[in-house]
Amino acid sequence: MAEVLLPRKMEMANDPSKFGSPDLLHVLAVDDSHVDRKFIERLLRVSSCKVTVVDSATRALQYLGLDVEDKSVGFEDLKVNLIMTDYSMPGMTGYELLKKIKESSAFREVPVVIMSSENILPRIDRCLEEGAEDFLLKPVKLSDVKRLRDSLMKVEDLSFTKSTQKRELETENVYSFDSPVQSQLKRTKI
Amino acid sequence: MDLVQMQKSLQDYTKSLFLEGILDSQFLQLQQLQDESNPDFVSQVVTLFFQDSDRILNDLSLSLGQQVVDFKKVDPHVHQLKGSSSSIGAQRVKNACVVFRNFCEQQNVEACHRCLQQVKQEYYLVKNRLETLFKLEQQIVASGGMIPAVELGF
Repeated sequence: MAEVLLPRKMEMANDPSKFGSPDLLHVLAVDDSHVDRKFIERLLRVSSCKVTVVDSATRALQYLGLDVEDKSVGFEDLKVNLIMTDYSMPGMTGYELLKKIKESSAFREVPVVIMSSENILPRIDRCLEEGAEDFLLKPVKLSDVKRLRDSLMKVEDLSFTKSTQKRELETENVYSFDSPVQSQLKRTKI
Repeated sequence: MDLVQMQKSLQDYTKSLFLEGILDSQFLQLQQLQDESNPDFVSQVVTLFFQDSDRILNDLSLSLGQQVVDFKKVDPHVHQLKGSSSSIGAQRVKNACVVFRNFCEQQNVEACHRCLQQVKQEYYLVKNRLETLFKLEQQIVASGGMIPAVELGF
């Protein structure tokens, strides 16, 4: 059985999808403030994340490939695990950026965190209603970033584990000489 | 002055900035993010703050100096300054900005002029103190010493 399973596992490890490097979350940070960009970048690097920082929502959309008018798709191959955006930005706000991301097919599943120096409840509600993962009050703390990273890593780990288990069980079903009843039982376990 | 004395001076100086409320715990966060791989992190962030603030204060002076003050222009500047001062722990500048914004909301030109002066005062104060702090650090490093971690026992 082990010889049958191993090649599958190695395939998973070489898979260029997000499960390929579960240790390094790629975060896109958006903020119009120089000071805050430098700060958030450092917070994320210290938390072992890969960071891309941009200075506006427009640039964020460009980076994601969502800037073309009719293209609500985005760059399919770009792996971003988390987007952290300031709320108040000139031009397009973080809230508007959040909406555009949630409308896109490539990035709607990516958690978006809003950061703001203002503790305005209606604002927070609006963002959460629009699908924001979390709302952080600035200045952002290292503990906030670590908490985000840890919860995201858990999600990634769970998905990775589930996929691996599913593959293992499917492989067993193909190669096992078990009775059809037992195979069916294995399937329902998933 | 020997190295130990310099390090003690730096610690005392830093503590005084916290005691006077010129800096708050956010500055400590910045210091904690500095390490051997990023030994200039704090001074880099603070330098960005100085650059941003100089520009903003200039813009504010211009905006408030207009015949008819456009508060839609003034408020975002103050908001920006409030944000960046908060991010580096420049507590008194941040607090002055909060007061400033309240008067912007009320569209009180006279009060805003006074607020701008107050913000400038606090800004030049923290700028001066931080520049002194960095000089003390440089002296220690130049003498082959390490920057002691700040312990706030109060």
